Amino acid sequence: MQVIHDIEITTTSVLLDGKTIAVEQTGDKLLVELYRRYAGDYPKFFKMDTLSRLGFIAAELLLKQSAISDQQLVDAVILANRSASIKNDTDYLATITEGNYYPSPALFVYTLPNIVTGEIAIRHHIQGETSFYILNSPEQLKPIVASTLTAKHSTALVGWCECSKQDNFYAKMQLIWRN
Amino acid sequence: MVYCIGHNIISPLGEGSQANVQAVRAGRSGLKLHADRFADVEPFCASLFDTPQEFVPLCVRSVEDALEMAIGRLPLAIGSLPETIFILSTTKGDNLDLLTPAQTIAQHFGNPNPPIVVSNACTSGVCAQITAKRLLDAGMYRHAIVIGCDLQTRFIVSGFQSFKALSPEPCRPFSPDRQGLNLGEAAAAIIYSSQKPEVRDQPSWILEAGSIHNDANHLSAPSRTGEGAYRCLTDVMAGVTPADIDLIGVHGTGTLYNDDMETIAIERAGLQDVKKSILKPFFGHTMGAAGIVETIIGLEMLGKGSFIKMLSGFGGVNAAIRLTCK
Repeated sequence: MQVIHDIEITTTSVLLDGKTIAVEQTGDKLLVELYRRYAGDYPKFFKMDTLSRLGFIAAELLLKQSAISDQQLVDAVILANRSASIKNDTDYLATITEGNYYPSPALFVYTLPNIVTGEIAIRHHIQGETSFYILNSPEQLKPIVASTLTAKHSTALVGWCECSKQDNFYAKMQLIWRN
Repeated sequence: MVYCIGHNIISPLGEGSQANVQAVRAGRSGLKLHADRFADVEPFCASLFDTPQEFVPLCVRSVEDALEMAIGRLPLAIGSLPETIFILSTTKGDNLDLLTPAQTIAQHFGNPNPPIVVSNACTSGVCAQITAKRLLDAGMYRHAIVIGCDLQTRFIVSGFQSFKALSPEPCRPFSPDRQGLNLGEAAAAIIYSSQKPEVRDQPSWILEAGSIHNDANHLSAPSRTGEGAYRCLTDVMAGVTPADIDLIGVHGTGTLYNDDMETIAIERAGLQDVKKSILKPFFGHTMGAAGIVETIIGLEMLGKGSFIKMLSGFGGVNAAIRLTCK
């Protein structure tokens, strides 16, 4: 397994292929800053929950680093985290409090962690596998990825994509190639 | 080779795979109208346990029963072995916590490995079986205990109602006048092993192939051309022909878009003449459990032959597996 590009996004920093990208904002606003700087052409971004924004931006930066031919080869998106979609679940719960019951379909759609893999697939026209796992640690994802990437799956976006509450997220994702 | 060596279903229709198969054969349905189950929620039709269940004890009971069946076929109690992995398929877990219940279940059986939770929306139960097959084929584990469970909550029902996805009556999948889906509750377990069972009584089902594809089209509506489902079907059909397939367990939720999409995908894959099994009118949509429940019923209904189970879900994801028993 060979790492083509890797990215780490915290609430205060972005590290792409080992190089720091200077940013002005922190927390949720950092993701909006990155969107404006590196995407900007996909207003659907603003409908997304933080987990999807995080995965979307990480994928955007990883694939921007690649030649277009690499992008067309991506045929699996395999992500994991510890706390599923708990941040957005909590936001949805706030719309169904007793005595103030107005369930929001716009929030409910994001109450599944695999939605972020769907957002990435739609953005980059990836019709291969999308999978989401809930694990205790990023290490646990490695054997799962290794057993998923057969000869058929040669290139994949994989990694950890976590958002447990507002202004609290962490992504470490890679574009990898099985050679 | 990955052999199915044990399984169990606990649903409102009964306790044990056989009890559930008999209920389906007798045409019994768990679907009922529920008016007072959750505060503020409009009345809804679903298959719910009469007594609200606790997530972990329900899963443990399901695994214990599946293990009982497996112990007759393998010489060892496999739950506690380091070469056994627990894989849980669920969408909302135990009150929105997905990992802790999986850990508690694995610990209950004395298993030393951190469990894996598969959360791939409605396809999770089929995806979890694919994960099991991959880890066993790669030789990382020898046995996989795959559990599927979801219990209905105010959270889930209110969300599906906000989507206007629920049918006010028992669902009618593939009918022109279908009005939507019904939710359901169940726990199910299926045990896979790369160790050939010491069987004298009957041959074993083998998990031959599995495939997952995204439509890359829309988060909450399937592709009009059934692209992801079609690709899954062609993948699991590699090396066999439609005439080799005895039964396809479709998703058949009863929503307008899902059923149309499945019809298109099945026709594109040349499988339109294969017999279909549609189980939502009996169990409702049991979410994380659906892929396991509907696989077990399919295998038990057939007895032997070749079976495909397919599912589709939110996030544009589709999955299919093929099992054979000769």
